[in-house]
Order: sequence, then structure tokens, then C-alpha cells
Amino acid sequence: MSQEQKISLTVNGKAETLVVPTHRTLLEALRDAGHYDVKRGCEKGDCGACAVLVDGVAVDSCLTLACTAEGREVTTLTGLGNRETPHPLQQTFMDSGAVQCGYCTPGIIIAAKDLLNRNPSPSEAEIRYALSGNLCRCTGYGKIFEAVEQAAALLREARAMERTEA
Amino acid sequence: MYARFDLSSPRSLDEALTACGASEPPMLLAGGTVALIDIRAGKLDPRMVISLDRLPGLREITRDGQALVIGARTTVTDLLKSPLIAELAPSLAEAAGVFAGLMVRNAATVGGNIATGSPAADLVPPLMALDAQVELTRAGATRQVPLVEFYTGYKRDVRAPGEIITRVILPDPQSGDHNRYYKLARRKGDAITVVGVAVTVRLKDGVCSRARIALASVAPMPIRATTAETQLEGRPLTVEIIEAAAAAAGAASSPIDDVRASGAYRRKMVRVLVRRLLGRAIETQG
Repeated sequence: MSQEQKISLTVNGKAETLVVPTHRTLLEALRDAGHYDVKRGCEKGDCGACAVLVDGVAVDSCLTLACTAEGREVTTLTGLGNRETPHPLQQTFMDSGAVQCGYCTPGIIIAAKDLLNRNPSPSEAEIRYALSGNLCRCTGYGKIFEAVEQAAALLREARAMERTEA
Repeated sequence: MYARFDLSSPRSLDEALTACGASEPPMLLAGGTVALIDIRAGKLDPRMVISLDRLPGLREITRDGQALVIGARTTVTDLLKSPLIAELAPSLAEAAGVFAGLMVRNAATVGGNIATGSPAADLVPPLMALDAQVELTRAGATRQVPLVEFYTGYKRDVRAPGEIITRVILPDPQSGDHNRYYKLARRKGDAITVVGVAVTVRLKDGVCSRARIALASVAPMPIRATTAETQLEGRPLTVEIIEAAAAAAGAASSPIDDVRASGAYRRKMVRVLVRRLLGRAIETQG
């Protein structure tokens, strides 16, 4: 028990050890460790820009103490895919023009990933509902919903292919 | 965040209870979706924080005879996924469905929503209308307090130092009950409740044998509208009786004006929403 703790966690599949003050949020600790794809927005749980997956579940990293991530698997946007091999969500966000300034995009893709983990064929209403904790102030949500719908379709196709090959 | 505090994450309830029994009681942290905002804003300045996220158990939803038992660490998302909640406590599922946004629902807990003591707490009116008992545990003792007697004022409650909310017990929820929650807010998602109304109506041979009406955001804490309930119990649900109950519920509320709505509007909406939710009980009875 002290005001600073050494924690071990996995970030995007890689083991990391961080020394963090107990009051540090996961958002701050991740950005300090160079994970700038996690965005700092409202810091009140309203905007969703800081969303990450902790053990596969989307949470606001601004409302999570870093120390409570000890031993957990944290996934940020770049853990889903990269420029060479983008995740279907990253691909369809680019293809549909669902990104304007891009600040809200990492959090939205993480929330969408939480949705698609649970529901491979979401309706538009289900997509809207899952993203109701994410704010985009640029452009509107139409293309974002489209991108999630298209990514869900791509993932379903990929799974169907795997089944035929297996 | 610049507050300084010691933090521990006990791995067992006993360890947590021992830590809570310290001479200066620590602050308990559940989902953190309110507490961390309050710490950052300087509204809370704890020296010692006990995070409950590693406590085993306390996250199940189980049946115990007639009763439905909800572990205090059950998240709002857990409520939404539970077939038992959907069947026996549909108002609680409705409240979970309109609770903040996805990430907050994934973290926020039932115990945390009760402990925060917000007058606008979305889970509290449904739980009150389901006669919830709050199980409080401290080292060596456990007691149950009716949720309706839990709050003693604005963000004040009956917990003694060292007590942790461990479970919430619904004594006899029945799938045939008319049990609904309605949240009135400025928008559909991610909003703070302007008026929250939960009702439970049990009908036997066309007569109301049990009525519960609970309200959020219209008093310093969530309340039951007991005068309105007595208008209903022992009577058939007619339009006139429903109107009398709705008026009594409006009279029971003492809302304030704030940025979201005026007090007068809130009181009027209590009457409208109680009338509407009770009216649906007549429709479903056929």
C-alpha cells in the first residue's frame, strides 16, 4: 500500500510494466507510456474518446484507475490492426469517410468492437445504441453507423470463409 | 488527476472489511464512474481508497426461493444481459437500458449506483418499486435495510463506518406484475434524468393487491410515493383511481429548478408519467 505502485499489464498483446501514482487514470498512464491513440476528451465519461478494451470489454480509461488494470489485457485502437493489416472496422471507417478530424474515432472503433464481439449482426438501432456514449462534434454519425454495419458484414463473410475452409 | 491517496485492491471480502474497519474509514471505489469524476473535481478528497474490483463473487444474479439476489458488483451491462432480470424485474432492465452510455454501463455497478446517492440514480426507483432490501456487511455482522429507508437526506444514508453494500435482495418479484420504468431526459442517450418513475402493480381478480411507485430527480433523494400507492391498493384500476394516484404522486414530489428543467415542469411530468405507466397496467390486463 503506497501512493505509487508498480503494475504489470498487457497492452495490445505486449507485456508492459509501469510505475504509476495511485491516482493516475489508465488514460494518463497509457498516454505517458506512448499510447497516443487513446484520446483525452471530457474526462467525465460523456464523450467516449478515451475508450479502451479491458479484458475485451470497452470502458472509459479516464474513469479507470491505472492500478486496477494490474494483470489485465488492455487493447487500444492500434491493437486491433495497423496500416498494413487494418481491422475491418479501421478499413470501413476509411472507406466510408467516417473520419473527419479523427479525434473521436479511436473511442468509437473500440465501442464498436465491444458491440461486434457480442453481436455479429447488429441492426442500425443497435449500432446507434452501442455508440450513444461516444460524441463526434465534426460531422454527424451517418457514415460512422454505415462503417460499423459494413465492418460487421466483412467480419461475417470472413467467418463464413473460415468455416468453409475448415 | 492530482489528488493523493493510498490505494488497495483487496482480494477477499474479509480483507476489504478489515480495511474498512480502520480508524479513518476509507473511501470505497466500485465502478468509479462517479467517484473518479468527484475526486478530480475536488468534491472528494480521500486519503485511502479501497477498490472493490478484485472482490470475488458479489457479481451474480441468483434466485433464492421467491427472492432475486443481485450481487453489489453486478454491472449495468450484466443487468441488461440477465434473463432473470428481464423476466422478474423488467423495470430494472429498462433503467439499465437508458443508463449513460456503453462504456459507463460496462463499469458502473448496482452497489455503486445505490451508494452514490444521486437523486437522479436510474437503478434506484425500480429497485425501490421492487421492495429491494440492501444487505450491509461489516466485519462479523450482516444486516438488511429496506432501500426505501436507506437514504436519510441528500447523498446521506444509513451505512455505518466500515459497512459495505454486498447484495441487493428483491423479496418476491413476479413475472405477472406490471413493472415498468420510464426515464424522462433531454435526449435519449447519455443523459441525466429529469424525472424517473418506476411502478409495480400486482392485480388479483381485477383488484390491485400491491402498488409501488418510486420517483427519481424530484426530491433530495429517490422516494416512494406512498400516498399514491394507498389510492390504488384494494381497488380496481379505473381511470378515476389512476388519476387520483397520479395527482398524489405529483403532490409527493418536491423538485427543484435546475439547468435541465423547472420544478413545476418536473412535478407536472410526475403526474403525467405515473398516469401513463399505470394506464399500461390496464391495457396489459386486457
